Amino acid sequence: MIEITKLSKSFLMHNQGAARIEVMRGADLSVGPGECVALTGASGAGKSTLMRLIYGNYLAGGGAIRVGGVDVARASPREIIALRRETLGYVSQFLRVVPRVPTREVVAEPLLVLGMPEAKALSRAEALLARLNLPAPLWSLSPTTFSGGEQQRVNIARGFVHPYPALLLDEPTASLDPVNREVVLDLIEAAKARGAAIVGIFHDAAARARVCGREVDVSAFAPVSA
Amino acid sequence: MTPLLSVSGLSKHYGAQIGCADVSFDLFPGEVMGIVGESGSGKSTLLSCLAGHLVPDSGAVIYDTRAEGPRDVITMSEPERRMLGRTDWAFVHQNPRDGLRMAVSAGGNVGERLMATGARHYGDIRAAAEDWLGRVEIDPRRIDDRPATFSGGMQQRLQIARNLVTGPRLVFMDEPTGGLDVSVQARLLDLLRGLVRQMGLSAVIVTHDLAVVRLLADRLMVMKGGFVVEAGLTDQVLDDPQHGYTQLLVSSVLQV
Repeated sequence: MIEITKLSKSFLMHNQGAARIEVMRGADLSVGPGECVALTGASGAGKSTLMRLIYGNYLAGGGAIRVGGVDVARASPREIIALRRETLGYVSQFLRVVPRVPTREVVAEPLLVLGMPEAKALSRAEALLARLNLPAPLWSLSPTTFSGGEQQRVNIARGFVHPYPALLLDEPTASLDPVNREVVLDLIEAAKARGAAIVGIFHDAAARARVCGREVDVSAFAPVSA
Repeated sequence: MTPLLSVSGLSKHYGAQIGCADVSFDLFPGEVMGIVGESGSGKSTLLSCLAGHLVPDSGAVIYDTRAEGPRDVITMSEPERRMLGRTDWAFVHQNPRDGLRMAVSAGGNVGERLMATGARHYGDIRAAAEDWLGRVEIDPRRIDDRPATFSGGMQQRLQIARNLVTGPRLVFMDEPTGGLDVSVQARLLDLLRGLVRQMGLSAVIVTHDLAVVRLLADRLMVMKGGFVVEAGLTDQVLDDPQHGYTQLLVSSVLQV
């Protein structure tokens, strides 16, 4: 489902003395349906960079990133938008929303853009928010004022409301209490069971051991210094 | 799929001064494209050329018309272009006073666009105006008040209602949230996002506010000195800018 071959990436800072920072060279990774792969490595090793490259958020320097038949490294913006709408979900660590939009609509949005009738999309969103133990009185409020753990659960609900065939999870259990951590791990296991290909970053070693079949150390993708 | 708008090699000079130079892009149905850049970078010139308000020196603006398929807007006759402007297109000006009739009631402002496309039944026109005032969160009891008695934010929302009542397929917006306080800006963004999704409309939005484009636009074009220096997926351009000017622009935003 996710096939990365010979991926490289460097950043060129034009306004900071044209510094060129090479961060990745020759990265290969393959994730099949129903598989969850954990990215590991020290802070700054390039875990999030690799996730962002897969999502098309960072522009690949070279190589290929095939997700469900689309090469993200070469695709046009329109193809990436369609890929994100239908195939590739992403739970980031940060929630970015239009202010004033109620939580239930934030969560239902991925379904609404796919053309699902509003009532059905909202009821699915509410069911997922209930499962993640977000109190019902909060559903009609904008998540901008929520606590870190609450915002994270809204983000997770947004990422799981549509059954994406490929999912990227950036620290999905980072600021959650044990009960909600358990709910999220169950959601991940259910996604694997339905055949989703998942790439995740988990600092929580126990969570990683439970849901991930494989670990990939991204330090191996760092360019070898001469 | 045929692009709704296909622009190629568009240039406009003001004497020796460059307005915009060699701009090309395709806009597909349901897509929102943002254009950012500092003031004087050619954003508004480009928008005016696209909307037929300015005649470019060279280039083509091909619009996929409902009746006859792709046509070049620049070589089209003036009546045809005006007809497009009344039916398929909408233009939201930066200053609502440029897009509203200030001496006509709010309801009249919305109704005028409908009458221009053939609506004649007074009751229907008034009902449509009331419906749209509600959608842009203006109290329908203000329907007979003149826009001059409205606040700036209400005028901007009224301008949007007037533009969208005829169900356009393409909306040009010049700094639609500029000069509005942040609470009104958030309300407008939410409204625009909902309309894009529900009506499937395409939009070209000129702004200098990077937060606005991140939330509204699928794609982004960065302009400097009349040239497009970078274009791509909005979050990719903002999070991994390739051009020196875009890097400067993105890193200059103050964090709230």
